[in-house]
Amino acid sequence: MPRIKVKRTSTVTDMTAMCDVAALLLTFFILTATARQPEPLAVSTPSSTYEFKVPAENNATLTIGQGKVFFEVAGVNVRKRTLELMAEQYNMTFTPEELKAFMGIGSFGVPLQSLKQLIAMKAGDRMKPGVQPGIPADSTDNQLSAWVLNARKATKEINQQDMRISIKGDSKEEYPVVKKVIDILQDQKVNKFLLVTNAEAKKK
Amino acid sequence: MAELNTGGKKATPRVDMTPMVDLMFLLVTFFILTTVISTPQAMDIVKPDKNDKQPENRLELKASKTMTILLGKNNKVAWYMGVAGETAPNIGPLATVGDDIVKNRKIADASGVAGDFVVLVKPTSGSTFQNFVDMMDELEILKVKVRQIDDDNIQDNEKQAMKEQGIL
Repeated sequence: MPRIKVKRTSTVTDMTAMCDVAALLLTFFILTATARQPEPLAVSTPSSTYEFKVPAENNATLTIGQGKVFFEVAGVNVRKRTLELMAEQYNMTFTPEELKAFMGIGSFGVPLQSLKQLIAMKAGDRMKPGVQPGIPADSTDNQLSAWVLNARKATKEINQQDMRISIKGDSKEEYPVVKKVIDILQDQKVNKFLLVTNAEAKKK
Repeated sequence: MAELNTGGKKATPRVDMTPMVDLMFLLVTFFILTTVISTPQAMDIVKPDKNDKQPENRLELKASKTMTILLGKNNKVAWYMGVAGETAPNIGPLATVGDDIVKNRKIADASGVAGDFVVLVKPTSGSTFQNFVDMMDELEILKVKVRQIDDDNIQDNEKQAMKEQGIL
């Protein structure tokens, strides 16, 4: 009697299908996601159970951490117009190239006088800790107030909508620093603002 | 691994896709990690207008229905009902102040005085941003409708009481 032949099959699986799935996922993620903006001032926000999304437009974000304040206004055209208004107020001129480069800069924290140097820097150098000292917000040189006011003007002009202001504070930040910023906003009759927080599950 | 020759025939030329799949998943992982999946959450806060020339903006508070919470150092709070200085503030950790609010609200609602239960939050210089957010969050969870933030008018007797407890 002949021996039963054991059919030996190949152990190699066809990976083509899996490769297709991976490529599909990759395409999906590239198309749907927006890139995370690198932040020159990293803060860890406190968590809350509020469920209100930070608006993507008509919004300015003030980042507070280590006693410094950083500023960012949403929308590239609004950003450009804000800088133009700032330049007007402080009698400075920015070249079209500098305005264009500024449109690409998100959050920043330098006095207006050294903004040109910041724009000229490479993107990687801008993010290094210690490069940006924060926006001056003293009573003698209140540039933060000017930035907020001009950003509000620019938003109104371009989007015909009121700008909202989000405060993104570090959870360890002492309250007086936050109060100083809120007081600046209240001087402009901005009594409503958003505090950026992490999402937290609701307690039952 | 050597491929087993399954037939007598010559194996068809095929490309091994495994490294490509590896690379694809690496890229997918990279994109998941570097992109923002959800926008951050925010709480909307309203502060009273600073213009004193408009007295109609001032809210009249009922002493029996007003609870003042002072945020102090080391995640501690001091709270009292009614008018400052009349009763000594209670000191407690921020984490348990929610229970006190619930208790006080029950007493206030049972008193029969008209008007809403009001919570006045006064963050002092010793508190952190985290304390403030936690406090406002707690009020939202407990559905305290009328809440006021007051960081300008911290009265001397309040400061005194907080100093004695070492939380200012």
